[in-house]
Amino acid sequence: MNLSILRLGITNNFFRQTRISQSVLYCRYSSSGNQKLQQFNIRDEVPDGRPLYLDAQATTSLDPRVLDTMMPFLTNFYGNPHSRTHYYGWETETAVEKARSDIANLIGADPKEIIFTSGATESNNIAVKGVGRFYGAKKKHIITTQTEHKCVLDSCRALEGEGFKITYLPVDKSGLISLEALDKAITPETSLVSIMAVNNEIGVKQPMADIGKLCRSKKVFFHTDAAQAVGKIPLNVNDMNIDLMSISGHKIYGPKGIGAIYIRRRPRVRVEAIQSGGGQERGIRSGTLPAPLVVGLGRACEIAQKEMAYDHKRIEYLSKRLIDGIMGQLEHVVRNGDPETSYPGCVNLSFAFVEGESLLMALKDVALSSGSACTSASLEPSYVLRAIGTDEDLAHSSIRFGLGRFTTDEEVDYTIDKTVKHVSRLREMSPLWEMVQEGIDIKTIQWSQH
Amino acid sequence: MALSLRSKLLFGLKRIQSVPVALYHENVLDHYENPRNVGNLDKKDKNVGTGLVGAPACGDVMKLQIRVDDDGKIIDAKFKTFGCGSAIASSSLATEWVKGKSLEQAGSIKNTDIAKELCLPPVKLHCSMLAEDAIKAALADYKKKQVPKN
Repeated sequence: MNLSILRLGITNNFFRQTRISQSVLYCRYSSSGNQKLQQFNIRDEVPDGRPLYLDAQATTSLDPRVLDTMMPFLTNFYGNPHSRTHYYGWETETAVEKARSDIANLIGADPKEIIFTSGATESNNIAVKGVGRFYGAKKKHIITTQTEHKCVLDSCRALEGEGFKITYLPVDKSGLISLEALDKAITPETSLVSIMAVNNEIGVKQPMADIGKLCRSKKVFFHTDAAQAVGKIPLNVNDMNIDLMSISGHKIYGPKGIGAIYIRRRPRVRVEAIQSGGGQERGIRSGTLPAPLVVGLGRACEIAQKEMAYDHKRIEYLSKRLIDGIMGQLEHVVRNGDPETSYPGCVNLSFAFVEGESLLMALKDVALSSGSACTSASLEPSYVLRAIGTDEDLAHSSIRFGLGRFTTDEEVDYTIDKTVKHVSRLREMSPLWEMVQEGIDIKTIQWSQH
Repeated sequence: MALSLRSKLLFGLKRIQSVPVALYHENVLDHYENPRNVGNLDKKDKNVGTGLVGAPACGDVMKLQIRVDDDGKIIDAKFKTFGCGSAIASSSLATEWVKGKSLEQAGSIKNTDIAKELCLPPVKLHCSMLAEDAIKAALADYKKKQVPKN
């Protein structure tokens, strides 16, 4: 009894506080948005509270319903799910198995085909290295794309060091792979095709069903990194002929530090385990299961399945509102990735003549990500944007807006106002913008490369 | 009780910024949030020298202009920059430093001085180098204009 009151208190308090700070922010700035006092000085724009969150591709907040389900397993139900000799183990095991079937239901799989991991990075490692090495004696070729997540690309690179041949498929301007190119790339040597479902930077959805059909007809295993797709778009491993699928907890309003990998049983896909140990999870991923996190992931999947249609419709609406709001007021804005085949919650825009990081600095009360080089340790702009053929100057100007289940209309409107204001301000400070206004074509200038 | 106190601490902080801002030194923020001398001078004026350095593909372009009086003193400086916060801060600082200096003094401003003043991390040092180049280019442009045409 005491516990449940405490639990309610935490989640309610958390939500009330965030909501209030956001609405206060909105009111304060919408009224003074158009003032042109000291045009370039933004020092006094110091918001109270935390920035609003628009980075749903990086991570999502924990759904309070998920926390409610997890809480007993963080307190009283602390048994090791692998303990077979007493009640503590049994009750946790029951909850873990319920979570396993919730995840399986979401992707149309059998619960026995779900293996818990620490996250999508580990799942991708198990899929690429595990399948590669298991079949490595006879087949030493793997196909992936240039726009995969770093952990798939890096796993492939590790295999290259072991003598594997890797084909990195290019993508077209919209971010999609060509099925013909994939068809041509598959050889009798090929063991695995690994192609992500939804891209984390530009939101492009690859044609899963077509790729699956092609791979099945050529008897090649098909792995998909679905960290950004599970729970957001309908996925069915049987309809789409997917043999392995990586799932992440914290991208679908679940806890961080938990993920899963789907590994098909019929026809059986075999993998070489990366981690040695007590043989849990069918020997594929040894180590005691973190029961609270597993239960959280299961609940997150259950909620996602129930609310997918509603969430998708709402995020589509917010996405349209954001894009129309920004594009309606600013010229020279380019959307990266094909809008027709993209997940609407990932909006990647390039604001020409404004550098991405300087825009992020100006939008200090909105938490966003940039494809610009300057936010990372290297000076190269995003490899995903380069792969879809974005001009380098536009790649330096890109910002990713990530909309999620808890994004509000007010937050979107506030972001539009702020973005329009600061892009205009930074363009007034940009020599490139000035040249364009004077009618000079920037592309014809011989720049001194630094 | 303890929990509500903790959440107050968490949400009640006065100035919390998103990551890229928090990583910068105060001096960069000062120039970025309140840039000095943004604007234009007439580039056709004989007493104005204009330097344009960098490349859009590299993510940095700086334009720095100086106005020189008859005694050879820089009396005004303006800049426009396409680039990250450090690039904007470096060029803003450069315009502040060249003002009031002779051509020779302005030419002796080193990128290391700019980097030191702004406490730039190693990955941002190219911004200060670009600012030095911009000053040098503006001075060169001015000197070229002073040579009488035949």
